[in-house]
Amino acid sequence: MLHKLSFRHGVHPPELKELTEHVRIRRMPYPDEVVLPLRQHTGKPARVMVGAGDRVERGDKVAAADGFISAPVHASAAGIVEEVGIWPHPDGSYSTAVRIKVDPYSAQAARPRLVPQWEGLTAAEIRQAVQDAGVVGLGGAAFPTHVKLAPPKDKKIETLIINGCECEPYLTTDHRTMVEYPERVQLGIRIMMRCLSVDRTMIGIEKNKPDAIETLQATLPSDLDVTVHPLTVKYPQGAEKMLIEALTGREVPSGKLPLDAGVVVQNVASVGTIAEVFETGLPLVERIVTVTGHGIRNPSNLIVPVGTKLRDLLDMCGGMTDDAFEIVFGGPMMGAAQANLDVPILKGTTGVVVLTESQCRRVQSYSCIKCGHCLDACPVFLNPQLLGSLAKAERWEEMEANHLMDCMLCGCCSYTCPSNIPLSQLFQLAKAALRKRKAA
Amino acid sequence: MEFTTIMGSVAILGGVGLAFGTLISLAHLKLKVWEDPRIDAVTDLLPGTNCGACGQAGCRAFAEALVAGKIQPATCTVMGPDDITDVAEYLGVEAGEASKRVARLLCAGGSDVAVQQAEYRGLQTCKAAVAVAGGGKACAWGCLGLADCEIVCDFEAIYMNYVGLPVVIPDKCTACGDCVEACPLDLFVLMPLEQKLIVQCKNLLEGEEAEAVCQVACNACGRCAADAASGLIEMVNGLAVIDYDRNELATPDAIARCPTNAIVWVEGSQFVDKPELVRSATV
Repeated sequence: MLHKLSFRHGVHPPELKELTEHVRIRRMPYPDEVVLPLRQHTGKPARVMVGAGDRVERGDKVAAADGFISAPVHASAAGIVEEVGIWPHPDGSYSTAVRIKVDPYSAQAARPRLVPQWEGLTAAEIRQAVQDAGVVGLGGAAFPTHVKLAPPKDKKIETLIINGCECEPYLTTDHRTMVEYPERVQLGIRIMMRCLSVDRTMIGIEKNKPDAIETLQATLPSDLDVTVHPLTVKYPQGAEKMLIEALTGREVPSGKLPLDAGVVVQNVASVGTIAEVFETGLPLVERIVTVTGHGIRNPSNLIVPVGTKLRDLLDMCGGMTDDAFEIVFGGPMMGAAQANLDVPILKGTTGVVVLTESQCRRVQSYSCIKCGHCLDACPVFLNPQLLGSLAKAERWEEMEANHLMDCMLCGCCSYTCPSNIPLSQLFQLAKAALRKRKAA
Repeated sequence: MEFTTIMGSVAILGGVGLAFGTLISLAHLKLKVWEDPRIDAVTDLLPGTNCGACGQAGCRAFAEALVAGKIQPATCTVMGPDDITDVAEYLGVEAGEASKRVARLLCAGGSDVAVQQAEYRGLQTCKAAVAVAGGGKACAWGCLGLADCEIVCDFEAIYMNYVGLPVVIPDKCTACGDCVEACPLDLFVLMPLEQKLIVQCKNLLEGEEAEAVCQVACNACGRCAADAASGLIEMVNGLAVIDYDRNELATPDAIARCPTNAIVWVEGSQFVDKPELVRSATV
């Protein structure tokens, strides 16, 4: 290999994946109750279709997609709809959710259904089937997958990139998916290549998952141009634009989408889910979640029904240790801290990380000493120290002129800052303020 | 030789100055735009805070609107009655009548009554706390007490009391609306002083669920709606909502049976500071 496959800048946080990287995926028993918020994806929330008292089987649609950039929500367990009302959402607000009392005597078998035979379907039919199954990006952002499968006609897609980097510390969801379900990933790739009519697929995997690289390489299809590319271990290698740079050498222009570089990027877990939809006909009702961190007794990789409450999931993993301190949905770099144990696991929840008190020591924030560490860390070549001081002065427009909108909130700047300035939180606020101003 | 050089320079510069001076004075006569001198005079009478509470772009814009007769002096909420009379007399117009409005907080969940379910350690502003799991309070609608409103208030009309609730001083509040904009949970509302019946809660939960997160939450029991004049109070989405178009029907009777004191009858300031409690709290 002539050049190392990677991108410029970035950081090297401790990987901490040893807790769960060799733990086999187990299936979690059904909890007593599942909570399905209507807002689980980027875009418009789904429209509710059931009412209190209705009996639903596993896989039944409880809320329909509202528009193109939206996804339906399906019952993840058979039972009786208890209530359609407000419930704590992982983003800290209360939002409308369908609460289902799970029937303990149900076999949890889905209704007999037609399994779509993808070989005979057109691209549009595959897209429709993917949307009907409520598939969203399982890497965290939860962007409806069918939208990515519908590129505008004037944009030529040359390459499909499968994201198996999983660069966030602790998380092993994608890793275990690749090791245990390689055939499913390959089938998903096959279906997506047909739908997008691309000839080339590149699978990017960080080098710290040798077993995943080996398994996928061993199962590669012989009739298609699919290649596996081991990548340098660096954060945020799994960010869409960084991955494209590493694999194709192309840089996605500022403010543009991967489509503009002729690329579609999909997470391995989403690809696996697509394969499952066409294998069983069952919509997205469960996902693999890594429950890990030094604050949990039995770190595990679990197949969890969507809508399982955080409390039930923690109990399943032996509960929290005495020095558990903070619970994060997603990875520790970009994930969101949780304040309520009743929040449900969403389609986009990649992992639950329980951190201990010693890991969350309260640090004082000092003044910027202009050391420039953040500039060396920022993978999109922004100037976080300048943006940070502008954010403190609430000079949002100037921040926008300094390309704030290219920031993906990866947290590299906050991670390297020796003065502990919460830079990425400041940028998150600035982006929200600018969005609000534009909407007004 | 040297003397003539110096005098020459003085003469040239003086000449240039004279020539431009003449040009400017000619331009002043020729291009003059007449402006009502009263605008400047009225601007001097106004408070000059440029708060925008009157709906104009600042005090001078307000003065222009006053002189043009588009607006009445009493629209300015910063001036006292004497100042308003001064302006009205100067312009020879009616002072007009505007009911005094103040900012009211639709939450009474101070740290003594609202449940804190988690500790928030990030950036100490309300906006930042809302972005991280909604801050530490169990009630997702309640005041976070990180004083964004106090900081943004230009009139020092807001201070945080001993339980972390912003106290609005009605005499100082000009209803400029800065706090309304600053609050990420939209808890501030500008209300006329005559609206004394206020539901100090925005929690959409009902019954025991509401009381579990805050002792002074509205649990939607409906007693106030039953006790008040019919049609005044309605229960909507787990909250008592007062129809202020019928404000004249409001009486303190409505609050008598409220089990949580979520609905209150406010005379003057909403919350008070209790110095003796401040002292005991710090011990």
